[in-house]
Amino acid sequence: MPDLKQRSPYGTYLEHCRRGELAYQVSAADGKPVFYPRVAAPGTGSTDLEWRVSKGLGTVYATTVVYYKNEPPLNVALIDVDEGFRMMSRVEGIDPMQVKIGMRVRVKMLPGDDKQPPYPIFTPLLPEEGIPHHPGSSSHPSSVRRGK
Amino acid sequence: MTLKRGSIAVVGVAESDLGQVAPDTTPLDLMAQGTFRALEDCGLKLADIDGVFCAATQVRMGPMALSEYLGIKPKVFDGTQIGGSSFMCHVAHAQAAIELGLCEVALIAYGSTQRSVSRAAASPREINPYESPYRPFMPPSAYAMAASRHMHQYGTTREQLAEVAVAARKWALLNPKAWEKEPLTIEQVLNARMVSYPFTVRDCCLVLDGGGAMILTSAARAKSLKKKPVYVLGTGEALSHASISSMPDLTVTAAAASGPKAFAMAGLKPVDVDMVSLYDAFTITPIFFLEDLRFCPKGEGGRFVSNGAIAPGGKLPVNTSGGGLSYCHPGMYGLLVMIEAVRQVRGECDKRQVKDCEVALAHGNGGVLSSQCTVIFGGPSTV
Repeated sequence: MPDLKQRSPYGTYLEHCRRGELAYQVSAADGKPVFYPRVAAPGTGSTDLEWRVSKGLGTVYATTVVYYKNEPPLNVALIDVDEGFRMMSRVEGIDPMQVKIGMRVRVKMLPGDDKQPPYPIFTPLLPEEGIPHHPGSSSHPSSVRRGK
Repeated sequence: MTLKRGSIAVVGVAESDLGQVAPDTTPLDLMAQGTFRALEDCGLKLADIDGVFCAATQVRMGPMALSEYLGIKPKVFDGTQIGGSSFMCHVAHAQAAIELGLCEVALIAYGSTQRSVSRAAASPREINPYESPYRPFMPPSAYAMAASRHMHQYGTTREQLAEVAVAARKWALLNPKAWEKEPLTIEQVLNARMVSYPFTVRDCCLVLDGGGAMILTSAARAKSLKKKPVYVLGTGEALSHASISSMPDLTVTAAAASGPKAFAMAGLKPVDVDMVSLYDAFTITPIFFLEDLRFCPKGEGGRFVSNGAIAPGGKLPVNTSGGGLSYCHPGMYGLLVMIEAVRQVRGECDKRQVKDCEVALAHGNGGVLSSQCTVIFGGPSTV
């Protein structure tokens, strides 16, 4: 269990973001990934959480396009990251309406600014990059989520 | 220990003024107006109320504020706030309190002025550092992503979503209290302003002022009051997550847990239900709840609602008030979801009355498909 007078789970996550890393936790007891970061693993309460850095590859699980007034359309998506956790993000570098469920994506850390700390977004993975599709990612969300 | 089927009954229901209220009206004014109308509906007096249950986004400590406004000192109070399904939850909690003799007459109340003060002011979003940077338009974007998943897995179409809005509008045209007064077509839904794909503004609930109240008491005491008692036959409550990124499967809601609990307590099955009142925050939500409450198989919700099946004259009467989509949606709509079900069982719904309605199911949804609570109501023949 972290000493919350010294460091918070989100603070540690942000330190990784500042280094360009998408970090998550793994419960040593059962190997399950934990995201968002916590002081103890959900369900088990296990406090033996280890920080890991994701390889940054994932699959679009769900997607929407937000239409704010006087702004270009904005993608918001849920990404199943290959290490077995899900997070909200957005897919950039492509028409937001062309972001499709099952699409392979790669993380990119945005630097942020005075108001917004650095945060991870995703860009489409090109087919020629040759990284295999994560098994079952589009049709069996629970297996991806629970898988290691 | 479990709650007892039919041990309490709804004896009074009322809406406050709905739609657009006068400037500077407060949510508590609306709760109180609903309360006095509900007391009039059942013939009880203010001093009879000894249990106060309420939740509102604009009144953080609701039971305290409402008790002060009404000038009562309740023995039991509960401000459980789990979004739009809070009030179904309050029914279950009121039932427990009444069964245990902790209180005898329970008031459940709600009020919102979100149209007058703006939705952003009425329901400020909490910052979530893992979601807020992506600027989802909440709550629509969360439901939109769930819809994207349902469309992907089951082939649900935007036209099928639009069917839900069109059915709601047809019912609303039979309800004089409904906000919307003009017919609506599938094409109009599809071609309306896009909000968060696949939802246009017509796939989204109304943003209105309003509120109401419900009064419940023991089945024994209910028999001596003005109106036909509407018994609480079954309740079920379930939570699955708070933020949409933590929802285990975006196509399965916790209604799949709350529904079976309520049906088991009531000793009934979906086929026994004459009328269904489902929280329609967005057109996808009745589709989810028809599936998860077992009115149709998983994945079949879109096809189930097609061809006017839930509209007047269809195979299952759903949201006969016109729903949050076309009647009234004052921020947390669950109390109004139940009021319509109660009125159907009473036979008070005039042009939109479901024939021989003895069992009605009201289902509430809160947060971003997060809290799901089901209440099954029955008339005198069911107890």
